Amino acid sequence: MKFLSYVLIGLQVISCVDNKKITSEPEQAAIVESSVESKSNDDLIAELRSGIMVYNFEGLDRALLQKNNDTTYVVNFWATWCKPCVKEMPYFEKVGAEYAKDKVKVVFVSLDFPDRLEPLVVPFIEKNKIRSEVVLLDDADANSWIPKVSDEWQGAIPATLMFNNKKRAFFERSFTFEELEKEVQSIL
Amino acid sequence: MKNKRILFVLSLVITASLALAGFTAGENEDSYGYSIGDYAAEINLLNVDGNMVSYEDYPKAKGFIVIFTCNTCPYAVASEDRIIALDAEFKGKGYPVIAINPNNPEVQPDDTYELMQAKAKDKGFTFPYLYDKTNTVYAQYGATKTPHVYLLENTKKGRMVQYIGAIDDNVRTASAVKERFLANAVNELLAGKEVSVKETKAIGCSVKQ
Repeated sequence: MKFLSYVLIGLQVISCVDNKKITSEPEQAAIVESSVESKSNDDLIAELRSGIMVYNFEGLDRALLQKNNDTTYVVNFWATWCKPCVKEMPYFEKVGAEYAKDKVKVVFVSLDFPDRLEPLVVPFIEKNKIRSEVVLLDDADANSWIPKVSDEWQGAIPATLMFNNKKRAFFERSFTFEELEKEVQSIL
Repeated sequence: MKNKRILFVLSLVITASLALAGFTAGENEDSYGYSIGDYAAEINLLNVDGNMVSYEDYPKAKGFIVIFTCNTCPYAVASEDRIIALDAEFKGKGYPVIAINPNNPEVQPDDTYELMQAKAKDKGFTFPYLYDKTNTVYAQYGATKTPHVYLLENTKKGRMVQYIGAIDDNVRTASAVKERFLANAVNELLAGKEVSVKETKAIGCSVKQ
């Protein structure tokens, strides 16, 4: 048991080291800078009348994926054309509502093509009364950003990233409500 | 003394975790189909023209551009013209395109054999568009989405997997492409060089099974 905990600590040490390697110093400086200027819109491509933010990956990363606070973020990558994504959205909505008291926040990141946003995505959100936040990721060079979300991600959707300031988990799969709830509970 | 002990424990831990990490990576490779350097097995699949297609039907080929794609996934549709262009560019040089639809039409009704035939006719596909009736080939390759490319090179030992991933760096807009990952890889093989970018990732529609 003691050995196992050493191993775990060791793994953490290694992952910290890795993180440092990945985030080179100039990048870190840039992140600090942008969080100081809280309304830097450099990476925000557009904000629609419907309130949906359109980000490139850097923008999404800064606005959402780098968050480090006591909230647990459940970030689901989806698209209106992706049937298994659409099917599981109500489960994410339910988890978001039932676990709001535990500071769980669900965010849907749409990978629909930007020209489909107004004609398809916005009506979809209205019709299905989606209450969680929806943003659109408009960044065609997926090869550069998929690995930044998770090394495990092959690129298929649905895909879900869960994280808080203690844990991080990635899933390239679809969920039933029970399966999703179980994963959320285990990260809380 | 205490420092030494900590160092010893730390080195133990690092060795143990490296061993663990190595083990997991190995496991993943097995469960995810082909990796770079693996040899791809022969196929025997029904083409939209009614004939069966195998790699050995192409005795002069130097290799194959195998693309898992389907009828209606927006990313697949956005890639259709580029796939036709790739076949035009590389078939004559020894690397024909072989397209395989990995979706199960019972789960994805847009991907029946009849609709595949209609798609091939409508778009004027110049390459085989194969129906994976037994739903086994995609799993053997490890294809998880459409489009998903595997570049094979014919070698003495077999058809070696030389590149896995995306066609290029902009699936949505052909005119905005900066890096043609797949074409670059084929050109490197044709020039007798090692493929420099062996794996890339792209968003795609998950294989419907």
